[in-house]
Amino acid sequence: MAAATRDKQGRPVVAVTGIGVVTSLGVGKSDNWVKLTGGVSGIRRISRFPTEGLRTTIAGTVDDVYRDQMSPAELSERVALLAGEEAVAESGIGAKGRFPGPLYLAPPPLEIEWSDRIKMAEMAASTADTGYPDLMRVAREFAAKHGAFKFGIIGEHLAEHFGTEGSPVSLNTACASGATAIQLGMDAIRRGDCQAALAIGADASLTPESLVRFSLLSALSTQNDPPERASKPFSKNRDGFVLAEGAAALVLENLDHARARGARVLGILEGYGEKSDSFHRTRSSPDGKPIIASLRNALADAGVGPQDIDYINAHGTSTPENDKMEHLGVSTVFGESMRGIPISSNKSMIGHTLTAAGAVEAGFTLLTLQHQRVPPTINHAIPDPAITLDVVPNVARDAKLRRAMSNSFGFGGQNVCLVMALEPA
Amino acid sequence: MSGRREVWITGVGLLTCLGEGVEANWSHLQRGDPPPYDDKSFAPYIVHPLPPVNFDKQIPKKSDQRQMEQWQRIGVYAAGLALADAGIAGKPDLLDVTDMIVAAAGGERDVVADAAILTGMRKTAERGTFLNERLMSDLRPTLFLAQLPNLLAGNISIVHGVVGSSRTFLGEEAAGVDAVRIAQARIAAGQSELTLVGGAYHATRWDVLLVFEQSGVALKGAFAPVWDRGPQGGIALGNMGAFLVLESREHAQARGARARGRISSVASDRNKRQKGDIEATLLRQWNAIAGRIDRPQAAVISGAAGLQPATGAEHATLKEIGLPVRNTGTYIGHGVEAQFVANLGIATAVLEHGTLFAPAGTGDIGSSPADISQVLVTSVGNWRGEALALVERVV
Repeated sequence: MAAATRDKQGRPVVAVTGIGVVTSLGVGKSDNWVKLTGGVSGIRRISRFPTEGLRTTIAGTVDDVYRDQMSPAELSERVALLAGEEAVAESGIGAKGRFPGPLYLAPPPLEIEWSDRIKMAEMAASTADTGYPDLMRVAREFAAKHGAFKFGIIGEHLAEHFGTEGSPVSLNTACASGATAIQLGMDAIRRGDCQAALAIGADASLTPESLVRFSLLSALSTQNDPPERASKPFSKNRDGFVLAEGAAALVLENLDHARARGARVLGILEGYGEKSDSFHRTRSSPDGKPIIASLRNALADAGVGPQDIDYINAHGTSTPENDKMEHLGVSTVFGESMRGIPISSNKSMIGHTLTAAGAVEAGFTLLTLQHQRVPPTINHAIPDPAITLDVVPNVARDAKLRRAMSNSFGFGGQNVCLVMALEPA
Repeated sequence: MSGRREVWITGVGLLTCLGEGVEANWSHLQRGDPPPYDDKSFAPYIVHPLPPVNFDKQIPKKSDQRQMEQWQRIGVYAAGLALADAGIAGKPDLLDVTDMIVAAAGGERDVVADAAILTGMRKTAERGTFLNERLMSDLRPTLFLAQLPNLLAGNISIVHGVVGSSRTFLGEEAAGVDAVRIAQARIAAGQSELTLVGGAYHATRWDVLLVFEQSGVALKGAFAPVWDRGPQGGIALGNMGAFLVLESREHAQARGARARGRISSVASDRNKRQKGDIEATLLRQWNAIAGRIDRPQAAVISGAAGLQPATGAEHATLKEIGLPVRNTGTYIGHGVEAQFVANLGIATAVLEHGTLFAPAGTGDIGSSPADISQVLVTSVGNWRGEALALVERVV
């Protein structure tokens, strides 16, 4: 038997052997890739609930999957399942309902929804003011009809469906969650705890309250008309992100294990970097140090230097703050050579898929390497003169790419950066 | 994975209804006094409130306290206790490389705002528009930050300066177990030197009681020990913050840190929860480590929460294993994501004192060995997740 393949630090090499994607652009990665490189936007007017009284009335919803009255938990589980099935099928690993490794899931934070709270209030039929004690009175009757609320439910259902091993881990690092799910899988394979892991980021949690919460933090674009033009990362007139839904699944696998079973290797997860920011709950440290450290940690973990990166998949949310800080971060780490590195934001087309974003964009980064074609940053009509980046404006571009980086930054000081490459010859 | 590095517990931070700090909790447990509980504020439900806490001691800035809801204050406070206990509080060089895994539930709701909206909704025909308008005017932006699960970790970064890395796990008891399991595995494998791991639970609020009442599992009526809550059983939720500092032996020794214990193994799993599943999973986990147990010096800290059939299944399994058992839930209530970490903290006190605390209820079996050096800690989630950890004295 050949000697085990190791990375520069002597660890098992983590390959990706399956990718599945669901976004507002569609279900499945081929449909997504065609539209993503075609510069198509998935952002549209919200039709799921009335939008009167809201400042933002657009979103990147997964309308191809949504059916009447699906709750955020149900819809998030559904997109996770679709993405997972695509990835597992492509990988060809295990057997149906028997995935040989753990599940790391980045679901949206769940809670009892307004629709359910209202149903309970109706059941309680109080004549005076309605309060929580009234809801308590009918909670069990409600649950008998509609099911009881449980935080870990999506992970439990997916673990059952895919037959993953051990305790399914659900995690949240805000808008970096999808990348953290991948990291956990990388960690486990590098430790030798498992030969494969299923990493899924899924978020289909658009409700009036989720929209209002971000709205009250002035995080969302209010340029509702036309919807497809609202998300404009790195533009001078950017005014916030567009809330969106989606999911992506990656089958991570020890490279030797993948090769031994003749699996097609879609890419290598070479490294990750993290660094928390203690500056503020929603804003980055103005000196950009934590972002810079997360990028540098990822390069170091991958054992490569800035000169080895051919493309950056930006976090690129289209908020004034994020894009400015990301520019500062990549400019500092890559210096002068940054002018020659294309950096584009998938969010210009699919919006911000929140807890799914890190996984969705890692999936798209791998497709970018695979197809040797860089998806554009659309809606780049008025460049921000303070941002001197090659954002691949508006039109996709062929390029020779060997290695790429994907950035994810989240509220709560979360910074995660992944380095991916094509399989070494 | 034998041959890996030892993982030491070098700091414990506990805040429960019994008080703050491991020793305050220990002395109550040892006395075996009845636990403090509140059966009036949320009658008929029983909850375990915290004694008065001076949050200024761990969260000096009022502006920081205002940016948090209670579950975050409890957690940040307990995290501060653990960092201080480990001797790394206020040491930027160490905090800069301290990783963090937090187990969290969903955030808190503004129950007054919710109730006002539900009341108003009865009088309106345009419900969707009404909801939008009221949410825009009634929700506080700071409340959203208290609702994001990862903002307990975020606040720990801000208040205590823990900035190595930060990951938050979700999903009831299993989240707390997996947080410790993965923190332990990362250190054992050299992926981390120093990790703060823990969780917090704020039980004394209607919005979480509603979640538990939907499943019909919240304890009501008369208080009884976890083991003796009747055929259905019930969970008495408890306010709780629990954090541990885990550290590689090499790192701890290099800086002269004291070991409160060593986490030798954490097994966690899931099953379909059909009859016999809990017992089979726990026994499998037990059999994997049974050969390393020195029976005359070993005991079990049970995390049973009082719900049937889970608690009965755990009791039956522990009887079969045959080691002395003490449950903590009777005394400190159930802190869901935080419970397992709290029990590991209490396990370090058992190792420190060498004895078990006073039994409470029919499931607390066996008398205390004289010099306990190994503690098994269980976690059987109220609807999913079974776990068994081994904590050992470092000699």
